[in-house]
Amino acid sequence: MTQEVALVVNGVARTVQTEPRRMLVQLLREDLGLTGTHVGCDTSQCGACTVLVDGHAVKSCTMLAVQADGSAVMTIEGLAPETGLHPIQTAFWEQHGLQCGFCTPGMIMCAADLLARDTDPDDATVRHAIEGNFCRCTGYHNIVKAIQAAAADIRGEGQPTADTAAPQG
Amino acid sequence: MAVETIGTPLKRREDPRFITGTGSYLDDVKLSGVAHAAILRSPYAHARIRGIDTAAAKAMPGVLAVVTGGDLADLPALPCAWPAGGASGGGGLYTNNLDTPRLLALDDVKWAGEGVAMVVAETSELAHDAIDLIEVDWDPLPAVVDAWEAVQPGAPQLHENAANNVACAWFTGDKDGTAAAIEGAEVVVRQRIVNQRLIPNPMEVRGAIGRYEPGTDEYTVWLSSQTPHIMRLLITAFVLGIPEHKVRVISPDVGGAFGSKIFLYTEWVLVMLASKQLGGRPVKWVESRRENYVATTHGRDHVTDLTVAGTRDGIVTGLEVHTWANLGGRLSTIAPGVPTTLYGRVLSGPYAIPNVWCEVTGVYTNTVFVDAYRGAGRPEATYVLERAMDLFAAEIGMDRAEVRRRNFLPADSFPHKNVSGLYRSWNGQELSIDSGDYEPALDKALAMAGYADLAALKAEARERGKLLGLGISSYIEVCGVAPSKWIGAVGEGWGAAMWESANIRIHLTGKVVVTTGSQSQGQGHETTMAQIAASTLGVPVDDVLVKHSDTLGAPFGYGSYGSRSGAVGGTAVVKAADKIIDKAKKVAAHLLEASPDDIEVEAGRYFVRGSPEVARTLGEIAFATDLGFDLPDGVEPFLDETAYYDAPNCTWPFGTHIAIVEVDRDTGLVDLVRYIAVDDVGKKINPLIVDGQIHGGIAQGVGQALWEGAVYDANGQLLSGSLLDYALPRASWLPVFELDETVTPSPVNPLGVKGVGEAGAIASTPAAVNAVIDALAPLGVRHLDMPLTSQTVWRAIAGAEVNPA
Repeated sequence: MTQEVALVVNGVARTVQTEPRRMLVQLLREDLGLTGTHVGCDTSQCGACTVLVDGHAVKSCTMLAVQADGSAVMTIEGLAPETGLHPIQTAFWEQHGLQCGFCTPGMIMCAADLLARDTDPDDATVRHAIEGNFCRCTGYHNIVKAIQAAAADIRGEGQPTADTAAPQG
Repeated sequence: MAVETIGTPLKRREDPRFITGTGSYLDDVKLSGVAHAAILRSPYAHARIRGIDTAAAKAMPGVLAVVTGGDLADLPALPCAWPAGGASGGGGLYTNNLDTPRLLALDDVKWAGEGVAMVVAETSELAHDAIDLIEVDWDPLPAVVDAWEAVQPGAPQLHENAANNVACAWFTGDKDGTAAAIEGAEVVVRQRIVNQRLIPNPMEVRGAIGRYEPGTDEYTVWLSSQTPHIMRLLITAFVLGIPEHKVRVISPDVGGAFGSKIFLYTEWVLVMLASKQLGGRPVKWVESRRENYVATTHGRDHVTDLTVAGTRDGIVTGLEVHTWANLGGRLSTIAPGVPTTLYGRVLSGPYAIPNVWCEVTGVYTNTVFVDAYRGAGRPEATYVLERAMDLFAAEIGMDRAEVRRRNFLPADSFPHKNVSGLYRSWNGQELSIDSGDYEPALDKALAMAGYADLAALKAEARERGKLLGLGISSYIEVCGVAPSKWIGAVGEGWGAAMWESANIRIHLTGKVVVTTGSQSQGQGHETTMAQIAASTLGVPVDDVLVKHSDTLGAPFGYGSYGSRSGAVGGTAVVKAADKIIDKAKKVAAHLLEASPDDIEVEAGRYFVRGSPEVARTLGEIAFATDLGFDLPDGVEPFLDETAYYDAPNCTWPFGTHIAIVEVDRDTGLVDLVRYIAVDDVGKKINPLIVDGQIHGGIAQGVGQALWEGAVYDANGQLLSGSLLDYALPRASWLPVFELDETVTPSPVNPLGVKGVGEAGAIASTPAAVNAVIDALAPLGVRHLDMPLTSQTVWRAIAGAEVNPA
């Protein structure tokens, strides 16, 4: 038994026949082949599956695919402009905000939600905003820096460069 | 053109695919016609299997195959590659009591989660539906989950060949000397401490895809693994008994591992067998997070009785340790090696302790198998040692930093042969700690923390109702375990050498392909190795491509674990590049009509000594060599060289970490307010990546100290059985980390690098615990076992208030 789901994904209208028990993340990964959205747990804790549904960060492992009927979904694959990278993507790269990269798409989408609401979040605000996204590699240090760097870029101040413990050059 | 990139914080070259969602982790590999496997796992921690009825599952539409242990009875159990033993002075080794997992359980199960049957179906959902239809007739048995309890009289027995559940008994050091030191000491402190069980939790769980090729009788296997070459060896030679060259193993992008993806797992083999049974249809298995918690290795889990002895003026004269190490229901690939060699042999850490005795009992319990987890033995050793130093300092009433200072190995004492037996092995191979200068790192960390003003900080916090504490942890690390002849001492290694390979090819256009035997799980090898190759060869880093993770066409490699990729894998790249340069010199000499001995090389330009203006670039030499139209006699075409580098010694990073916490007196909640790390990891290839490794390690180590812990009930059910229940550190629980460094280049390798993958996780756990104990010390609290949750701390505070010290 399948059910039809019509939604806009990364700006493209899609119609998918899917099992009613499928989650949105499975529709994205299995039916549409958008494997940038990851599954890291089964209890809605890790946030690796975070996408934007009608502009809001949603854990796509927790939303049934049929619930997304009529919605506009943005995944990591749809974030960047046609040429280049989104400022958050650039900042994660510049600030070494990722290591294994598995949590990164969800973390970036969560940050996109935050920065749409607040373009100058302080350290505590950023840490609170990404509390639903686990990263096991970075200790969050450079993720927080990256999100603040992206905020600076969005404010028109440009991308700050990364600093390290070691003297550079 | 700048070609020297070693030491510069280059942005990572792997990141563009990860930040755009175009990486390819195991479950992102989509093969046409793929079938899906699901594993039925034991609900009991200890039980006999009376019978299995698979009829209903087999009859379900969409089910392609159902396999039980009985179907695989002819295949052996998985190998244990590191049975502990070979300790100096005849360390005990029981060779008859190794019990490892079978591909699927045959007669009995030893932990809740052990695989019992596999279903392969058209979809993953159908496969999971079908495992619910399998009926197992269970005969439950009493279970034991705690290592110390498991060796007590009357405990449930797991294996007939392992009396008292002892898997291995191992020791190192000087028993009589240490006993005498304790007997005659001015001060003796004893403490039982528990290093709790952890669940590694890489964000990507494990998965595997097997594809059998009927036409050639070959297999391709995709694994989320740290060690693709070793997996191929173990799968073919030790389990399936098929030729090694008939199997290709690919580790695609690996989403974190932290040790848990080093090992041989049953599912690696099951997907291969299933694909063959289906006539070559690929078969995929990907675990869920909850499945990961019961099917993938756990870490740590020690109960330790420690005795530290010394003088009233702060000199530690003896350290005696007996550890019961929980190894789980059956042995994982290198399980016994972790709490023995990787633990006992470095127990004296950065200190000149003259007498050390370490006794380890490896124990079977009805729990998930325990194996290497970030640091693997060394965090456990450092935790024991740094708690011991604080307990000793408190006992004699001396400043903790001063006690450490008085016991540090002096900077002029290297190379140092430590007393915990590192330098001894049965075949006479000796290792020594190569270099170190521990005081500057301690001084720097103390200065950063404002240690001199600690009393004022505490007073200020008290006015806010907080108990402020500062914890110090000085550590040494052992990275890039080597050389192979030391590893090769019976029982000392895992039945394999520990060198690393690198191949460098320079194509006609001058573009460079480096193939390393290392395997990134997020550490950024594609960047680091390119920096090493580019700097050594004198070519732009953008001209270098780094490949790994595929056994096809690659030299054998040992993969990445134990912080070995920089020191061993990176040096292999240097050695391969050196061979390229030697050959390029010969060709350059021919082109320039000179003798090879007169050729000088500068930044990738080859010229006759004294005439740098007439030079050939490496690209031009590659073109000439690869084309082969005009080569000197005896020189083969193509610049293509492979090096197998066996390091002469391990490398020895060190440092001091300081944690500052505030404890809420009413709730017991611990707030980590500052974290300072001063690490000496030798020279850094990419400081950005090095810092990132330290950050992540700190978070994991602090996670153990304050929040994480795998909890079993008495029946062997994992209570912390999901990511909802297991407290992984969140962003808001951690502060900004304050990092600094000292740099003592390693004399072991030409890069001067040491390794950094595990340092943060090793140093940070005792730093955080020592900080909390320092905060609670005014209440008379001397020790608490981890994790120091608000409940644990609140109980300690409440207890102290009822019974003031």
